[in-house]
Amino acid sequence: MAKMDLQEKLVSSFMVLENLGELDLDSNVHAIRTEAISAFEKQGFPTKKDEEWKYTSLRSVLNHDYSVFPKAESEVEFKDVKKYFLHEVDSYKLVFIDGVYSSFLSDTTHDGYDICLLSAAFKKPKYKMVLDKYYNALAQQKNSLTDLNTAFSMEGAYINIPKNIVLPKPIQILNFYSGSEKEILLQPRNIVVVGKNSHCQIIERHQSLSDNVVLTNSVTEIFVGKRAIVDFYKIQNDNENASLIDNTFVQQKESSIASVNTFSFGGKLTRNNLEFYHEGEHIESHLNGISILDKKQHVDNHTIVKHQSPNCESFELYKGIYDDASTGVFNGKVIVDQEAQKTNAFQQNNNILIGDKATINAKPQLEIFADDVKCSHGCTIGQLDESALFYMQSRGIPTKEAKALLLYAFGNEVVEKIKIPELKSRITKLIANKLGVKLGFEF
Amino acid sequence: MIQIKNIHAGIEGKSILNGINLSVKAGEVHAIMGPNGSGKSTLSSVIAGNETYEVSQGDILLDNESILELSPDERAHKGVFMSFQYPIEIPGVSTTNFMKTAINAKRKAHGLEDLPAKDMLKLIREKSELLEMDRKFLSRSLNEGFSGGEKKRNEIFQMAMLEPKLAILDETDSGLDIDALKVVANGVNKLRNKDNAVIVITHYQRLLDYIIPDFVHVLHNGKIVKSGGKELALELEEKGYDWLK
Repeated sequence: MAKMDLQEKLVSSFMVLENLGELDLDSNVHAIRTEAISAFEKQGFPTKKDEEWKYTSLRSVLNHDYSVFPKAESEVEFKDVKKYFLHEVDSYKLVFIDGVYSSFLSDTTHDGYDICLLSAAFKKPKYKMVLDKYYNALAQQKNSLTDLNTAFSMEGAYINIPKNIVLPKPIQILNFYSGSEKEILLQPRNIVVVGKNSHCQIIERHQSLSDNVVLTNSVTEIFVGKRAIVDFYKIQNDNENASLIDNTFVQQKESSIASVNTFSFGGKLTRNNLEFYHEGEHIESHLNGISILDKKQHVDNHTIVKHQSPNCESFELYKGIYDDASTGVFNGKVIVDQEAQKTNAFQQNNNILIGDKATINAKPQLEIFADDVKCSHGCTIGQLDESALFYMQSRGIPTKEAKALLLYAFGNEVVEKIKIPELKSRITKLIANKLGVKLGFEF
Repeated sequence: MIQIKNIHAGIEGKSILNGINLSVKAGEVHAIMGPNGSGKSTLSSVIAGNETYEVSQGDILLDNESILELSPDERAHKGVFMSFQYPIEIPGVSTTNFMKTAINAKRKAHGLEDLPAKDMLKLIREKSELLEMDRKFLSRSLNEGFSGGEKKRNEIFQMAMLEPKLAILDETDSGLDIDALKVVANGVNKLRNKDNAVIVITHYQRLLDYIIPDFVHVLHNGKIVKSGGKELALELEEKGYDWLK
């Protein structure tokens, strides 16, 4: 039998799933799924002909015979995954293995707030109100990949923090892939609702534990209430056969502060679609990212900040270091609607190319329809400063360390924004590892 | 200590140094003076190992061993130090972290363990006091937003930390007001001893009032055209360089 096209396979898998009656869910959710699969079927996977996918080809990652349905929980021992947890700090943990919840490795709560599973929320009436209001509210028909996720999403994090709660510890969401299938497509789905005045920090990581092929198509919807503060950290340091398409949508209410910080050091292909929507005045949004790539790795950061209300601010800072034949894309769109007067929107994208064959495609896009705004963007692409290298060498610092130190310093501005000290030192170590040096000190 | 033998060097095929000979013994201070474009800064860069310059002829011996094939960091490990005319700004790396990295790199090259943190801090405190440095500069990004004088002071602080055998001060006086000049010169003088040597490269005689040289050499068109004692510097101050051309 000829190998079935992945799109066809997915569409027929959806029908199988429906017929098996496994999608025994709330009727609203089921309607959303059905709509999503037909939207996906109509559009198909994006190709390089799509303007938003001009520099990122999915062809090599789609050309696999992926297993689509998660199987029962695979055996993974804590000692094998311990290093991927940020264990220096106490935290809530939501751990998924091959797309299936691992109760053994997780630490959830319902005590005053819910940090639990989406699958459970789908099935219990008491979550219905929240899901009806928020589920798919931001992800709906964003692109065919979010539709695909919506059609198949069964599991992920369900985080609902009511008003006036400062979470005592961060939440870690860890998605492991055990290697149980030769090629697997995972589609985690997270929903985060943070009520007014509440604070919440989340660390998310996708990690493959084998060399088998994995494609993760993840969707996260984050709702930030009035005066709430939410910080989201994404650690993308996966191995060579792991690819990730991350779709994260943030909606902010009046006077809230939200940040999404993306650290991309690994993986074969990573595409981050990150979108912020303002609904209310005096909102602050922070989008930070650092990519350090080598070999043939590819990372594409596609961001949208939509200023829809007056007196809001957005700060965007993305840095990239590209070695060997790695490739990067930065596409940062800032939209300032006519009503959004007194907007402050800043965007900065700095890149260093080390490898002779490395490339970066950077595209800042400002669409401003209001007249009383402050918007700026800066984009640089450069090489390591030779005179700085000589200066450091003349003080006895060997070339390799000098380069690493300069690169580290280049990225440090982003690392400095991490608000969890233990995470900051973890990221510092990941960067030092990636740059292949032992930094002689802790930043 | 250092012997510069018939050095010819240039950049992109353009010759700048045309046969420099200079010998500096331990405990000595040599001043190299000369008009703009005479090759002073090229000479210091060539000694420090800046690969932008090509050495086409000659040799440089440190303690009777050629250092021409060594990289700048290897030369630094052997005790060569150059104070830059225009110190480089390195955003994101504090002076303290920069020095820790440099000192531990040198120790590693000599087969030593990293200097324990408390010894490092003590050393930094001692040396920064010697240079009357404001402590806040130590935690700021190296040279970033420093005034000209602060940068030069920081250079001598680095010299104090690294305790080189041979220190080359390239136009250290430029950009310094008289008070800063005195502090910097005083720092250099306190670091002098019978085992190390200093080469002061300067356009003006001013610095030599505070760092008294044993020998003065005049560089012109990439060659030393005249050598003498410290009185030669005063003579140059009075007559200019034209009479030597």
